[in-house]
Amino acid sequence: MSDYQPLKLYVPEPEVRPGDEPDFSGVDIPKAGSVRRPEIDASPEEFRDLAYSIIRVLDRKANAVGPWADMLSDEEAIIGLTDMLRVRAYDARMLMAQRQGKTSFYMQCLGEEAIACAFRKALSPGDMNFPTYRQQGLLTSTDYPIIDMMNQVYSNESDPLKGRQLPIMYSSKEYGFFSVSGNLATQFVQAVGWAMASAIKGDTKIAAGWIGDGSTAESDFHSSMVFASTYRAPVVLNIVNNQWAISTFQGIAKGDSATFAARGHGFGMPSLRVDGNDYLAVYAVAKWAIERARRNLGPTLIEYVTYRSGPHSTSDDPSAYRPKEESDAWPLGDPIERLKNHLIARDAWSEDRHVQTKARLESEILQAQKEAEKHGTLHSGGAPSTRDMFEGVYKEMPEHLRRQRQEAGV
Amino acid sequence: MARMTMIEAIRDAMDVVMSVNENVVVFGEDVGYFGGVFRCTQSLQEKHGKHRCFDAPINESGIVGTAIGMAVNGLRPCVEIQFADYMYPAYDQISQEASRIRYRSNGEFTVPMTVRMPTGGGIFGGQTHSQSPEALFTHICGIKTVVPSNPYDAKGLLIAAIEDDDPVIFLEPKRLYNGPFDGHHDRPIIPWSKHPLGETPDGHYTVPLGKAVIRRVGQDVTVLAYGTMVHVAEAATEETGVDAEIIDLRTLAPLDLDTIEESVRKTGRCVVVHEATRTSGYGAELSAIVQENCFYALEAPVTRVTGWDTPYPHAQEWAYFPGPARVGAALKRVMEAS
Ligand SMILES: Cc1ncc(C[n+]2csc(CCOP(=O)(O)OP(=O)(O)O)c2C)c(N)n1
Ligand SMILES: [Mg+2]
Repeated sequence: MSDYQPLKLYVPEPEVRPGDEPDFSGVDIPKAGSVRRPEIDASPEEFRDLAYSIIRVLDRKANAVGPWADMLSDEEAIIGLTDMLRVRAYDARMLMAQRQGKTSFYMQCLGEEAIACAFRKALSPGDMNFPTYRQQGLLTSTDYPIIDMMNQVYSNESDPLKGRQLPIMYSSKEYGFFSVSGNLATQFVQAVGWAMASAIKGDTKIAAGWIGDGSTAESDFHSSMVFASTYRAPVVLNIVNNQWAISTFQGIAKGDSATFAARGHGFGMPSLRVDGNDYLAVYAVAKWAIERARRNLGPTLIEYVTYRSGPHSTSDDPSAYRPKEESDAWPLGDPIERLKNHLIARDAWSEDRHVQTKARLESEILQAQKEAEKHGTLHSGGAPSTRDMFEGVYKEMPEHLRRQRQEAGV
Repeated sequence: MARMTMIEAIRDAMDVVMSVNENVVVFGEDVGYFGGVFRCTQSLQEKHGKHRCFDAPINESGIVGTAIGMAVNGLRPCVEIQFADYMYPAYDQISQEASRIRYRSNGEFTVPMTVRMPTGGGIFGGQTHSQSPEALFTHICGIKTVVPSNPYDAKGLLIAAIEDDDPVIFLEPKRLYNGPFDGHHDRPIIPWSKHPLGETPDGHYTVPLGKAVIRRVGQDVTVLAYGTMVHVAEAATEETGVDAEIIDLRTLAPLDLDTIEESVRKTGRCVVVHEATRTSGYGAELSAIVQENCFYALEAPVTRVTGWDTPYPHAQEWAYFPGPARVGAALKRVMEAS
């Protein structure tokens, strides 16, 4: 007789499901200002604990506290707030447009606005992002024309990508926004390669890779870490942990223990965890990691702790797998509310200005939408041509494709 | 007997096999509690337990790699890849491992594994939710490739696939999940409940792998099709009045050579239809087989109607999709040639 009990498969499960009370008591949230700030050239060995904590600047009373605070002027912080309001207004309009049948698909970044908006501000011209589909904030917080983003979402005659790509899969080399792929995680390792090229060429530009919590399970995530750490590539590797990957909670991608940031330790990489709903904290940490990369001190892995407040996409209904109230119960709050309250506490903002700014941005977005719709929406008005479908597969169209185009009658 | 959608038929197939064989396990991205983004595994976890139906990390190579390990250890895993477009990280495990383990171990280890994946376009999914990679599987020796075109076949073929002792790639044309789509995208959607092949028997039955079926008997030209294109070919035949014999291949590898050859010898003409890109597509194989084996019976060149050799576009979806007009034109063309 064996002494052993039969083995049993362990399958992680979230604390709660629809119908249950939301429960985030397991999310350990340190006090704002309590996490130290290592020197820019500190050895990763000296701050391994930062992968298990959360860097936070804004406290409950909306004050900016601790060693990561005081990096932004009033004006810069107001720009940050405006950027977040803009992307939220943009998302709301495009979501509505999808519901009205003007396009096939949309994805919001609701609740995660601080991450892309603040990170963008810490970059320099010429740096390159390798984003996922949820970093539209990287574009909307520059002067990239919102109307061109809408044209892409509508796949209309003015779509810069000629109707070839699914809505929200933007591309803009000029604005440091690499073409978005639908295949998860592929861009993360490409970011490392871009950064290696920068080092090979003796440039001073750096790259930023972006990935979701769920997608860190892909082999490409691990490939990124191997190459980034081995060659000390000038790259910032960003994990947006919004707790969910469609219906799958983050425990499936990382198991029950440790954090996503701690994945960096096996590679000897500086690994930080930051409050993703705290614009000031995101900015400070981004600035630190970008500076480190640009000084040839190698890659940094950053985990932004946040919550996906909306559905995964317009094809998703989260009430099937998580409690409806979970978003409201999220302990790190809303990034816009938090920065707004901070600016008010700082005497740099008021409720009135907030309302006015929101209204101005909404009307700007609406105006752009009207303009964009003059060039068509997915199923009506101006559309990209069938010829466009055949162009751009190769630099020069090969004979077989030319014949196919002829056969298609265009 | 019940009227089922293709989603329900696929779910029922897994349910039936899981009920009779405790070695069958089902996993993949979002397939556990939620029941899959297309709901094909809905309620299987609740019914059969979370150690037999569970969510996987987003890692397709890991999903197929662990399924191979389980299969080698006596289970019959049926795993889901969320979209065929996302199978590429698993291609190493499928093409280099699953396919050859029987051969390289001289039968000591075998891989009774099924890999399900939604395939094809027609849903405005753009280039990463629309691909038809069947030729990348049929090019591999040692695995079987199946593409159902209706709920009846989907259930019977999936049960046969799970019970098969070799690895099977099971491609589900997602545009057919809720109804028989014939390419007329501007017409109202017809549900499976209005189609005779939506009639699906209860319980256990199989549709044999490796057997094609003649969907329409005809005298003038043989149409070789599978998945969505079976319905498109039916519409094209109706609309042109050409007396076509439509063969639904159902299994692409191993292929039912006898049914194909017999039909082409009778009609003397052959049109091959698929949604995937043309160059090195499965149509090239079909066309070569017909030419090699039926050359002296042919009265016209074997003709292919396929997707163009471009990535699957978003806005131009219907210019890309080989709909009934293009299939109809090909039918007329081969009828005029001689
Ligand atoms: C290789 C690959 N596998 C599966 C998918 C389908 N898919 C699209 S998004 C998604 C969830 C991603 O979750 P996460 O990485 O956490 O990002 P989030 O959506 O939360 O921003 C899945 C499984 C895909 N696009 N690519
Ligand atoms: Mg996520």
